[in-house]
Amino acid sequence: MTTSFIVHDKADTVGVVVVEDVQPGEDLNGWIMETDETITLKPLDPVPLGHKIALRDIKSGDTVLKYGNDVGRAVADIGKGRHVHVHNLKTKRW
Amino acid sequence: MARYEFYGYRRENGRVGIRNHVIILPLDDLSNAAAEAVATNIKGTLALPHAYGRLQFGEDLELHFRTLIGTGCNPNVAACVVIGIEPGWTGRVVEGIAATGKPVAGFAIETNGDISTIAAASRKAQEFVQWATEKQRERCPIEDLYVSTKCGESDTTSGLGSCPTVGNLIDKLDPLGVTTCFGETSELTGAEVVCASRAASRQVADKFMQVFNAYQEVIDRHKTSDLSESQPTKGNIAGGLTTIEEKAFGNLQKIGRKAKFIDVLKPAETPAKGPGLYYMDTSSAAAECVTLQAAAGFVVHLFPTGQGNVIGNPIEPVIKLTANPRTARTMREHIDLDVSGLLRREMNLGEAGDRLIDIMLRTCNGRLTCAEALGHREFVMTKLYQSA
Repeated sequence: MTTSFIVHDKADTVGVVVVEDVQPGEDLNGWIMETDETITLKPLDPVPLGHKIALRDIKSGDTVLKYGNDVGRAVADIGKGRHVHVHNLKTKRW
Repeated sequence: MARYEFYGYRRENGRVGIRNHVIILPLDDLSNAAAEAVATNIKGTLALPHAYGRLQFGEDLELHFRTLIGTGCNPNVAACVVIGIEPGWTGRVVEGIAATGKPVAGFAIETNGDISTIAAASRKAQEFVQWATEKQRERCPIEDLYVSTKCGESDTTSGLGSCPTVGNLIDKLDPLGVTTCFGETSELTGAEVVCASRAASRQVADKFMQVFNAYQEVIDRHKTSDLSESQPTKGNIAGGLTTIEEKAFGNLQKIGRKAKFIDVLKPAETPAKGPGLYYMDTSSAAAECVTLQAAAGFVVHLFPTGQGNVIGNPIEPVIKLTANPRTARTMREHIDLDVSGLLRREMNLGEAGDRLIDIMLRTCNGRLTCAEALGHREFVMTKLYQSA
């Protein structure tokens, strides 16, 4: 069973796609490292290797969590399964 | 517990190197041509040209001297020829390096010209290289090793795989008395509180936060945007990293889960508090950071990359590892250790850390890194502000 995305912490709201060429459609298998759990998620966008995918619905203005920590603020509503990157997530610093 | 050893060159001051370079070190930009001519004349020597050394002043000048002297003092250097435009500052670098007890000689160009200087310096360089090439490696305990780390062209696989692999190595080697160093002050932005919590004492944590805040002031003073495309870099963003906070938490995986850092070093400052993990105040630019760590006396460098930074250093071997399967495939000649199996769950972190220890010790014993084989010798001085 291929692990297609990895999540650092149980609390995280995004995971990282670790295979090439993820396309919308079929359920992907994911692995939560902290708890060693396996989860599934249906991607709604193409997501390149190394890019993030939303694990739940995130509202514009919400803090996005990765490593169990604050890694920035959503600047648009992001649906579960959507690609998360510079178009919808910004730094809170600088 | 595993017992690790390596074969190194024990220097006059007791420190151990893993390479046996004779370097031709220019004091200033004007002396690069002569230094490079000497290295062309005398095989087995290495010139370290750089861009600075004129009209610097204050802390910036002190850093210039600390970097040059520290580079000459590094135990990977057997002997050193220094060439400068005038004898005063040239002599200051020679004296600093001579404190280690290793052979060092200085040559000044003014009143001699390039050609006579090159001739005299070449004769000395030949003497040094024939002396140095008779040096033999000897068996050394792991606690004689000074290991630095810094990551580059990171992506999300760095935080998932290659940086935690370095962290696993530090978790294993810190209790054995190895001296280690991390830095990259701007690249802890967002994770600075977590980083400070890894200091060995309140005093060290305060010192770290002072250094961190001072760097933030520099960025705030000069920035024209939120630094996107600079920090994170274009390459980071292409690799899926979105914000500096995300990059910072990935970066911090390099110090593992257990070790506490015992001091905060100025750029190029030699550790003075015994074995353990040190933080150094550095830029996050790869060549600047590694040059400073080499000048502080670190002899082998661990460099996790995501998208494929190709950096090397002239005197400190740089070992590259990646967890990005595409980088491991498309940039194979740059990657010393492929840990992309972590992402496929074909290996665990403990196994990855053991493989990194193995390739590090083989490198210490003489195996050339990818960057050495490809001739990467980026020597980049850090400049703090304009010259006078």
